Amino acid sequence: MSDAVRDGTGLPAGAGMAEWRDRIGRSAEYLAIPLFALIVSAALFSLFLLALGQSPGQFFQLLWVGGYGTSFSWQNTLVRSAPLIFTALCVAIPAQLGLVIIGGEGALVLGGLAAAVIALPLAGTAPPAIVLFLMLVAAVGVGAVWIGLVGLLRYGRGVNETIASLLMFYIAISILNFVVEGPLRDPASPNKPSTASIGEANMIGNVPGIDVHWGLPIGILLCVLLYLLMSRTTFGFAARVTGGNVRAAQGQGLPVGKLVVAATAIAGGCAGLAGFFEVAAIHGKANASLIAGYGFSGILVSFLARHNPLAIPPVAILFGGIAAAGGLVQRRMGLPDATMVVLQGLIFVVLLASETLYGRFRIFGGKR
Amino acid sequence: MHDDTSRPGAAGRRTFLPKLGGSGSLGGAGGFSLDRRTLLKGAAAGALVAGAGLSGIRPARASGLTIGIVYVGPRDDYGWNQAHAVAAAALKQVPGVTVIEEENVPETIAVSKSMESMIELDGANLIFATSFGYYDPYMLEMAKKFPDVQFRHAAGLWTDAAPKNAGSYFCYLDQAHYVDGIAAGLASKAGKLGFVAAKPIPTVLLNINSFTLGAKSVNPDAKVQVVFTGEWSMPVREAEATNALIDAGAEVITCHVDSPKVVIETAERRGVMTCGHNASQADLAPKGFLTGAEYKWLTIYKEFADILTTGGTLPNFVRGGYDKDYVQNTAYGAASTDLIRAACEQAKAELRAGKVIYQGPMKDNTGKEVIPAGTEHDAYDVWLEQTSFLVDGVVGSTS
Amino acid sequence: MDPSQVATDLGWWSVPLAMFAGAIRVSTPFLFVSLGECLTEKSGRINLGLEGTLVFGAMTGYAVSYMTGSAWTGVLAAGIAGSLFGMLHAALCSLPKVNDIAVGIALMLFGVGLAFFFGKPFIQPTAPRLPSISLGEWSDISQVRVALEINPLFFIGAALAVAMWWAFRNTRAGLIVRTTGDSAAAARALGVSVLGVRFVATTIGGFMAGVGGSFLSLYYPGSWNEGLSSGQGLMAVALVIFARWNPLLCFVAALLFGAAGALGPALQSIGVSQGYHFFNAAPYVLTLLIMIVSSSKVRALRGAPGELSIVK
Repeated sequence: MSDAVRDGTGLPAGAGMAEWRDRIGRSAEYLAIPLFALIVSAALFSLFLLALGQSPGQFFQLLWVGGYGTSFSWQNTLVRSAPLIFTALCVAIPAQLGLVIIGGEGALVLGGLAAAVIALPLAGTAPPAIVLFLMLVAAVGVGAVWIGLVGLLRYGRGVNETIASLLMFYIAISILNFVVEGPLRDPASPNKPSTASIGEANMIGNVPGIDVHWGLPIGILLCVLLYLLMSRTTFGFAARVTGGNVRAAQGQGLPVGKLVVAATAIAGGCAGLAGFFEVAAIHGKANASLIAGYGFSGILVSFLARHNPLAIPPVAILFGGIAAAGGLVQRRMGLPDATMVVLQGLIFVVLLASETLYGRFRIFGGKR
Repeated sequence: MHDDTSRPGAAGRRTFLPKLGGSGSLGGAGGFSLDRRTLLKGAAAGALVAGAGLSGIRPARASGLTIGIVYVGPRDDYGWNQAHAVAAAALKQVPGVTVIEEENVPETIAVSKSMESMIELDGANLIFATSFGYYDPYMLEMAKKFPDVQFRHAAGLWTDAAPKNAGSYFCYLDQAHYVDGIAAGLASKAGKLGFVAAKPIPTVLLNINSFTLGAKSVNPDAKVQVVFTGEWSMPVREAEATNALIDAGAEVITCHVDSPKVVIETAERRGVMTCGHNASQADLAPKGFLTGAEYKWLTIYKEFADILTTGGTLPNFVRGGYDKDYVQNTAYGAASTDLIRAACEQAKAELRAGKVIYQGPMKDNTGKEVIPAGTEHDAYDVWLEQTSFLVDGVVGSTS
Repeated sequence: MDPSQVATDLGWWSVPLAMFAGAIRVSTPFLFVSLGECLTEKSGRINLGLEGTLVFGAMTGYAVSYMTGSAWTGVLAAGIAGSLFGMLHAALCSLPKVNDIAVGIALMLFGVGLAFFFGKPFIQPTAPRLPSISLGEWSDISQVRVALEINPLFFIGAALAVAMWWAFRNTRAGLIVRTTGDSAAAARALGVSVLGVRFVATTIGGFMAGVGGSFLSLYYPGSWNEGLSSGQGLMAVALVIFARWNPLLCFVAALLFGAAGALGPALQSIGVSQGYHFFNAAPYVLTLLIMIVSSSKVRALRGAPGELSIVK
């Protein structure tokens, strides 16, 4: 993983002429190989459809129409992409240190719960801007603590972070269910256990002019900021050195423990933000609808973006589009909903296999 | 990813409602029948043959009506969604009506977008939202956004304050559970009954209570032990719960979970009697089956289809129980004696005539009076929809 | 009903009995997947995709059992389907620069997607199920008799655990797998094909995960639907780390996990219904706590294969 990680975050500033040429070559490589992999995936999926007696042409036409073909489709795609951006960051940032976190969904769920819980006593008394701000702080804070704890266990006790984050996801769900079915259950919503509503006034609303909430632009902004953090700061450099070789990093006196905890806390904060937007922009309360699988789709997005924060938004939009078009494919072609899962899995497999192509083509800057 | 986590699946997007369906249970009345083989064939054909007539970007809009139906789970889930899908198939028989369907749509913004997509891209002008969590805020927002489109939701949530182009349709399944309770109470010797339930929410509690009241009406000492699994679909835990209840002495098992198949089969293997839920599970338990509580959506969908073909407008609020033929009990299984059958038939007749199950004085299982003497709550009383207690005779707690 | 089936009132004793019975009933899929994963990881590779393999195996086993009328044919088909997924994982990971954890996650998605896609027509039918062996005829207590209705796969899994434990220590094949997992360079020096060993280990691991899946659909709970697995395949991967790559401990871990899962329903059945959320979370909390207690910052995990990416 470390190779991909280091390659994916670009070079330090101040590169010379030859390095610039190399950089352009690599950028072209980073575009060409994934594009090639997408074409191969599409070809394989076409074979799958043909074997089932279905029309690939119709399928891809519907994929286009449902995901990107109309202004409604675009808004549908973008609104589905927003949470994926945050949950992908939850995977991408620890990946810079060589950590694989798969339990971001837990931080999303608890972040959303925290946002609702803090808003409830304030709703109607405090100004909406303050309520929203506190919700944001609570969601990011709880998310950061939840995944930060995974980092702490990893560094402090050597507990495997992949497994720990997965176990903590199951625990997070129990906590959510306990809270919304027990102490904070809204008597007005008995059949779908939820917290009370945070109130219409405290909802964050949409970006003016389009039917997409603020999570999308803020997610993209966060990707840029975290890209800069990981590629242009001492912290990011130290993190990448640690990801490359822990012992070397320790040898150079880098504070590996702090780096691990900081990176996991940032990651958890990102997932917590996804929960914040789910509550503040969509549901208006916390309930089991928070467990929508965004955390797990985010793993996919992050790996496909090769853990590069700048590549996350386009990949998220690709997967948002596939999700958005799924309904149209079901309705027009009579295919089961699992069709889209098969397509996503296939793209994932082929793109990962294409990793092996990097550095093999002279045209992109030669054999490395 | 696997079903429990990545796909919102088990926890997130399940309806609170039971799911119904099952082989052939809804056949007959509408001239539409589904059995295992036709389903298999249909599914295979669906997977193998393209919907050739529906290609193209703009669908050929039917002259009048395009109906969009959204399901929370797979359409062939042996449960709730399948029952809707089967009943909806009756709508497809109506000339000039196009039915478009989408399955596995979670109770998130995805359902808003699915409805919107059906309207924007397929020209739907009537939407059936068949999962409880679709209503607020998703369906309500869509109803406000598209005032010319009709929206109907499968639960009793619509009020006058909601948009007039929205509405609800629902059936009182607890009446059929009451009949189940009578069968179970008569069948058991020691009066020990077991109930595997998903979550302690009003609809589930109401079914447990009606089942218990039915049992106590024929066996005043009957006790119903409840195990909540905490999830709508968690097959291994449902099997464990069934085994635990039987180990604790339960003689009859019934349930309120997404797919009762696992519970019924597990109990049958242990030689314990069962009552079904949502659909006919009679063939799953050839020895121990008594009867079961089933929805009868077909009645409502037929009514809607008739209204639509005659150019009328759909009512905003449709609900009922045995009185309107919206629920039914499964044909008696091998474990039902003549005595049981006679008692059940009598109860059904009384329910059709408007018998009120919830009559005071009534106590909950903590000894608190919940209905004072002289008060009664009939099936249409919204008081029942707020049920948060377990009646005397239930062993278990709502928290 | 048969009067001998009527349960005896055991009171509180029903809780430990239910946990014992639950341990045997619920543990088998965990056991097979964790043994398969143990073998794969011993060879120096991690396959996180066994959840997908398990679900696909469950669907294939059920479908084949339904179509052929033989449950054991279904088990075999599930194993073969699982080994195909194992081969795919191994082949992809043989390519340079391809990350095994990522491929696992991808195959999890792919396997689940394919299982749901092809599994639609098999949700309804009832397929022949695996038989069980009755060991409790000596007891008058029906709960004990039921607890001792044991599926042959449980015994096969237990025997496999012992056999693998023995083979890792005492056979040449075991030595080759361990060497490959501890140091690829050392294995090459012995003239062993590292990729070849990992290919075989991952394929067999996939076979076992597929069989584990067929237990779910063909024995307990015993039918195919999309909600069948509640993460057994993923948890089994966790159990391998928990079990320190020791097949015998995999067996113990699977039993513990099964027993913990039976606790919630058993307590409710005797009237303890408060806080069932936390009893249901018990297996996960327990696993996490044991991992925290037994891990250590300073020394590498005992028994951990040196080549394994997750322990580096």
